[in-house]
Parts: sequence; C-alpha cells; structure tokens
Amino acid sequence: MANFTPISAAIGGGLIGLSAVLLMLLTGRIAGISGIFGGCLSFGTTDKAWRVAFLAGLILAPLTAGAIGYAVPSPQMPSSWIVVIAAGLLVGFGTRLGGGCTSGHGICGIARLSARSITATVIFMVAAIVVVALTHHVFAG
Amino acid sequence: MPIIAALLCGLIFGWGLLISGMMQPAKVLGFLDIFGAWDPSLAVVMTAALAVSVPGFALAKRRGRPILGTQSAWPTRTDIDQPLVIGSVLFGVGWGLVGLCPGPALENLATLSPRVIGFVAAMAAGMVLHDAWQKRSPPIRDERTLAAAADG
Repeated sequence: MANFTPISAAIGGGLIGLSAVLLMLLTGRIAGISGIFGGCLSFGTTDKAWRVAFLAGLILAPLTAGAIGYAVPSPQMPSSWIVVIAAGLLVGFGTRLGGGCTSGHGICGIARLSARSITATVIFMVAAIVVVALTHHVFAG
Repeated sequence: MPIIAALLCGLIFGWGLLISGMMQPAKVLGFLDIFGAWDPSLAVVMTAALAVSVPGFALAKRRGRPILGTQSAWPTRTDIDQPLVIGSVLFGVGWGLVGLCPGPALENLATLSPRVIGFVAAMAAGMVLHDAWQKRSPPIRDERTLAAAADG
C-alpha cells in the first residue's frame, strides 16, 4: 500500500460530496457526470445551460489549480488507441444504459440509500476489478 | 444564478477529483488492482464523499424545493432491471480498461492529452449511440430513457 494517500483522498472526497450537496440544495440537480454530459449531447434536452456550466467548472478546475501552483499531472493512458476508443465507447454506452456512473450511482445514489444505485455500484466495481485482474495479472504482457 | 451555482459546483467537484488524485487513471487502477500493489485511496474518497452527502442530501430532501429553483429532480426509480445490470457491467469493463470514468475523463480534457480527447469523443459517441438505439426500440423504451437519465 505504498501509494495510499488517505489524507488527500479524504479532503478531495469531502469536496466531491460538498459539490453534490450544494448542487442539490441550490439547483435541485443530481451531480451525476454521465447524466449531465449525456443531457448535453441529447437533442431532446432543454436545460443545457446548467449542464454546460457545471462541466465548464469541472474542466476549469485543474487550470485554476495550476494558477495557484498546484501541479496537474498528465494522465497515463494506454498506448493502444484501440483500447482507448473501445473503453470510451463502453463507458459512454454503459453509463447511459445503466443510468449513471461513479458519481450519479456511486456517490449521489448511495447517499440517497437507493438499492438500485448500490447494485449498480457493486456491479461496475466488480466488473472493473475483474478486468484489471485479467489485464494486469492473467494476460499481462 | 443557478448557472453560476452549477459552475461553482463543477469547480468544487473538479478540485475534489484533483486533490484526491482521482484525475489520474493510474491511481484509480491502483484501487481496482486488488491482486497487485493495492491502493485503497478511492475507497477513502467515496467514504469521505458519502460522509458529507448522506447528511447533506437528507437536509436537502427535508427542505423540499431548491434555493435557486422551483423543483428538485430527485431520481424516482427503485427497480433493479436488466439495463441497469448490463449497463453497469459495460461501464465497469471500460473503466477497468483505462481507469477513467466520466468525471475524471472530462476534467482531463484540460491537459489536452490526445488520448483523453479520443476517449471523451468515443464516450460521447457511445452515449449518442445508446440514445439512438433506444429511440429505435419499442415505445416502452422511451419511458425508460427518461427515467434512466434521472439516476445521474
């Protein structure tokens, strides 16, 4: 557990929870990123302004952090473009079909004590753990 | 006002992901790799988030209508159906392949990494593909699309 960073994880997690609570208290919306982003892409959605504003804040966050001297690490991505594209398609299609992702089901849904969201969270966690076990250990090149 | 509130909430959410290290796919994969050098940080992130959101949501629910709006969009569905299960499996597989879920993927656009841009484009395509596929399916699906979108 050499990489375990409990203090920064707790502070960051608290901020994520605070964001979800503030969004609900102020605007009455669920801070589910796949739902917010999916709504931006859908022609039928009439309430795009708050969605775009939330996502703009999300993307601006690392830039503001950079301005106060907080280093933003460049993400380590798989070298294979096929893996990158396939994973993106699966995440996009899967979160829409399942009605949420790590934020919508994992944080907002569990906070509402929704059995539906708890089920979804357990399923996507187990699926991801199995994939990492297979790619990092069983078929590790 | 609600637009400014949403922007501020997005900023706070982004700072949370950044500070917790969850913007980094490697850190997320470290949590998912329970048979390797396991890094429990993501579990702490979720626990801390829930420690704030459980009482916060209870307060919001008791309050009723939002401060800057007329109606709260609380998800209404409670059923555990096939799309929920299959969708969550597909999402989990994609998440495990790269270590990016939608929040960190979008936030990482700020780094201008070509592979992140490719991932987000594919994610958007997956969402549009799903919505198009739902539209072609029987009418019952339409109701499902609306309700499913309400989960988050």
